[in-house]
Amino acid sequence: MTAPAIRVRGLRKSYGKLEVLRGVDFEVARGSIFALLGSNGAGKTTVVRILSTLLKADAGEAEVNGFAVAGQGADVRESISLTGQFAAVDEILTGRENLVLVARLRHLKNPGGIADGLLERFALTGAGARKVSTYSGGMRRRLDIAMSLIGDPQVIFLDEPTTGLDPQARNDVWKAVEELAEQGATVLLTTQYLDEAEHLADRIAILHEGRVLVNGTLAELKQLLPPAKVEYVEKQPTLEDVFFSLVGAGSRGEGR
Amino acid sequence: MSNHFVSDSSVLLGRSLRHITRSLDTIITTTITPIVMLLLFTYVLGGAINSGSESYVTYLLPGILLITIASGIAYTAFRLFLDLKGGIFERFQSMPIARSAVLWAHVLTSVIANLISVAVVVLVAFAMGFRTSAGLLAWLAVLGIVVLFTLALTWIAVIPGLTAKSADGASAFSYPLIFLPFVSSAFVPTGTMPGPVRAFAEHQPVTSIVNTIRDLFAERPVGSGIWTALAWCVGILVVAYVFANVIYRRKIS
Repeated sequence: MTAPAIRVRGLRKSYGKLEVLRGVDFEVARGSIFALLGSNGAGKTTVVRILSTLLKADAGEAEVNGFAVAGQGADVRESISLTGQFAAVDEILTGRENLVLVARLRHLKNPGGIADGLLERFALTGAGARKVSTYSGGMRRRLDIAMSLIGDPQVIFLDEPTTGLDPQARNDVWKAVEELAEQGATVLLTTQYLDEAEHLADRIAILHEGRVLVNGTLAELKQLLPPAKVEYVEKQPTLEDVFFSLVGAGSRGEGR
Repeated sequence: MSNHFVSDSSVLLGRSLRHITRSLDTIITTTITPIVMLLLFTYVLGGAINSGSESYVTYLLPGILLITIASGIAYTAFRLFLDLKGGIFERFQSMPIARSAVLWAHVLTSVIANLISVAVVVLVAFAMGFRTSAGLLAWLAVLGIVVLFTLALTWIAVIPGLTAKSADGASAFSYPLIFLPFVSSAFVPTGTMPGPVRAFAEHQPVTSIVNTIRDLFAERPVGSGIWTALAWCVGILVVAYVFANVIYRRKIS
């Protein structure tokens, strides 16, 4: 068995008297999608910031790709990419320039070619030469994620990747995340949406008031509750079904 | 890691220089206030000020250049603040790049942007009758002092840029710096000021820097004043640099 991509043990962090993390433990297997599920203020972002070396923990250990976040920060940063809660893109540059910028900072050859490939993959080719300040929220998010994929990082952190997106943009992001995992990357995503964790994650940990309450596959979590009762309910179309049947599920948001 | 310092800094420098070329209005607005002051003091108030043998615009220009820089660095703090606020700062910090490159790119951009503003103001002053007998060496010395002064103020600007809670807070610090030249030899000779004001004016950094630039433009011997000016610039630079880096290191770890 290979070592886990992420290993977290007894992680604690307080801001003054406010204890944000009160002993968090979990492991994420290589090539899997792991969801950290929790409401606002549960400490999800704090965990991600510690794992991506932006913040020091008060106590506990955290390893990413076999490197300790405290002490081997540079090695950790070589292994990861972070997509924060708010699209961290440069508004004044064009979409393509943003991608070239990151490719050059990762010291890759042919940054222009990498940028063009990603624009294509994220359906942004037509908008590539436009300033990001003209992009819609969904386009910004797609560009943000595209920037995170440059250099093929082994571990990818996505902090609430779909918060504030419309359903189409959200589905685009979900597809991108699934593709990442298929290519062998490890993905840790945080979310406050139950359906997102259910849809994407191989394992789900529920973070509440700074502690992991439960951690398991969806099937395991479901077993924690009494066995399902069989009820017969007329299946009504959800609003989402209606929305997609009207606007067409395949239509993309480019140009909005 | 740090072996990428030069290449990372130049990539990030290219980025923020693009910001400047795409918002040239920030450089223009930086130069408007100093140019208006130059016009106002030369054509309205200057006639009543006895500046000695030089024409008043020639007397005034060095102080106006310092005011230009003091207002220009407000944008340095503002740009840094925007990077922090927008999250791109964290993106850079989570990437395998030389971490100090992020700050240095902003600092170098500040120097370049301010030199452009200073050049614009000097050209306007020439059009208004500013004359200098300065040779190449004297010009280079002026350039050196201007760069050093810009660096010193830029590192001061980095501090609010990193710590401000709002965009206004990030640039408000520059107001006292803009007004410091008024209580110096920049506009009028200090000899006419009452005792305590005069004592302050003669012992604050602006006076020695202004006098030195003035002497260089006039090809007069600069005397020991240049060492006082350099000592102020380097002193401010070192203190601000150390403070800014302490804050920066606390911010990123």
